[in-house]
Amino acid sequence: MKIEVRGLTKTFGSATAVGGVSFVVNEGELLGLLGPSGSGKTTVLRLIAGLEVPTAGDIFIDGKRVNDLTVQERNIGFVFQHYALFKHLTVFDNIAFGLKIKKWNRQDIDQRITELLALMSLEGLGGRYPHQLSGGQRQRVAIARALAPRPSVLLMDEPFGAVDAKVRQELREWLIRLHTDLNVTSLFVTHDQEEAMEVSGRIIVFSKGKLEQAGSPADVYEEPATEFVARFIGSMNIVAGVVRRGQVQVGSLEFPAPGFFDGQTLQVGFRPYYVKVAEDPARYRQQAKLRHIYFLGVAYRLEIETPDGLILRSRMNKEEFRRCHFTVGQAVSFAVTHFRILPQEGAGPAIEAKPGSPITGPLTP
Amino acid sequence: MRWLLIGIVWLYFLVLLVGPILYMASQSFSEGLTAFWTEISRPEALHGFTLTAEITLIVLVLNVIFGTMTAMVLARQKFWGRSLVSGVIDLPFAVSPVIAGFMLILLFGPDTVLGTIFGQAQIKVLFALPAMILATLFVTFPFMVRELTPLLQTLGTEEEEAARTLGAGEWQVFLKVTLPALRWGLVYGATLTVARAIGEFGAVLVVSGNILLLTQTATLHIYQSYVDFNYVAANAVALTLLAVSFAILTVLEIAKARAETTVAEAGAQ
Repeated sequence: MKIEVRGLTKTFGSATAVGGVSFVVNEGELLGLLGPSGSGKTTVLRLIAGLEVPTAGDIFIDGKRVNDLTVQERNIGFVFQHYALFKHLTVFDNIAFGLKIKKWNRQDIDQRITELLALMSLEGLGGRYPHQLSGGQRQRVAIARALAPRPSVLLMDEPFGAVDAKVRQELREWLIRLHTDLNVTSLFVTHDQEEAMEVSGRIIVFSKGKLEQAGSPADVYEEPATEFVARFIGSMNIVAGVVRRGQVQVGSLEFPAPGFFDGQTLQVGFRPYYVKVAEDPARYRQQAKLRHIYFLGVAYRLEIETPDGLILRSRMNKEEFRRCHFTVGQAVSFAVTHFRILPQEGAGPAIEAKPGSPITGPLTP
Repeated sequence: MRWLLIGIVWLYFLVLLVGPILYMASQSFSEGLTAFWTEISRPEALHGFTLTAEITLIVLVLNVIFGTMTAMVLARQKFWGRSLVSGVIDLPFAVSPVIAGFMLILLFGPDTVLGTIFGQAQIKVLFALPAMILATLFVTFPFMVRELTPLLQTLGTEEEEAARTLGAGEWQVFLKVTLPALRWGLVYGATLTVARAIGEFGAVLVVSGNILLLTQTATLHIYQSYVDFNYVAANAVALTLLAVSFAILTVLEIAKARAETTVAEAGAQ
């Protein structure tokens, strides 16, 4: 079922946790609410669930305004960050909890739980207590418990926050499969941008109780709508400079900025893999010193420093890296092949320069 | 050095605990098993046991209800004066039971407002069961609260919220989630309350008037028998109470072990 929030606001005393947020979760969608801790994303989830009362704004589930419904009446499934399993109950009784409350009959309960245990790969664990399970198993029990009474929407608060990295990866893939199978409208909260990218069909980026951007993982990554999103999603070099004769000047770097006035200060962002670095000082126009080499497993990251003291990150695949013979401290040349002028607070849309399109003479090889 | 320390502990233990108990036991039976039986089955002794049991039971029920309520409020609600209330709860530990009894005497005396009200309603508070219950409540109140408050704080509210999202109403949440999580804490607090209520002497002595066959509890009976030079009676009743206390202590140890594993499990998650 579709979830919609309009102008959702929640204040705690004088602090605003959520400040007038509006968005839609489409039927059957798996949507990630992404933001740093303290950005208000968990509060949004709790407001939708009915665990908190909004200060202002409306919440609709399946087109019906649910503001005045209690948490019990909203028919939502909620997965808590730390599982919140009932410690005194077995896995079976944990999952059966909601069904017993809703007065299902014995056979239906047994059947539903057998079904869920199989779906969650928890067969044979029905008689265990939560403390006898691994982190990943507990998380799956929590999801099974939330799904058991067939909720209209599934809300998950940092669903993989409390398990170790390897299990987290498995759980992500498992959640995507589960969502494909069940197709229940799901909303989850995470502070991990990689997780949000991988799991969600669509991402909503939050910062300080405000919605920064909503879009597909690719949109959010390639076309960050705000400086915050650019900084938060992935790695990005961000430099600031003043416009002179239609170009943003950052030391010896120049970025065309058509449509901006001279004297305006702009921020320019570029992903590390758009920074090309070569040993040959004549290969690219810009000069720098190689400060550090980081091995990332799948690639290398180079940290270079320009004569103006600007520190930039570059990313290079292994093959490319092997062809060069970098040593830390050596002089290198570099070019920025693709950049974005980042929108200012309350400014118009971002202006894009595509790779291959002429940037400036001095920047291209 | 190690053996010396262990030896000192043993000696201390024998002189202070085991010795007196064994000596008392031997004295209870000094005039034979029949005399022991006669002493504990005398109407005065039986009345004392019954009265103690009545007071203990009523105090236990009241403490479980109000102790749990107080603990819930202290653990969950933020309100003005919370730390004051939290501090005052320990007061009965610090105040002598005799003073507790004396406070009740002052509060319900014939010249006070409360005393007059109850007097006109023909309800006898002082030198009767109500005052004895109030006195015992006063000295046992902290046990339940002190046991449950930290347990509730460790438990947190997530499990309760999870139950609500699954459709459980407030009573169902309390009965199916909160109470089971507290069960061993409740048992532990209850046994401490019972042990203290059975053994209470000072506060009850002051407010009861120690009237034979009316307001004389088991501990007061021991005291009275001793004062009357009936050592066999004093020893016999004392030994019986001691046996009850020992049984309670065993329950307590089991509950404590279980409560600790519960907390450890909670902490492990």
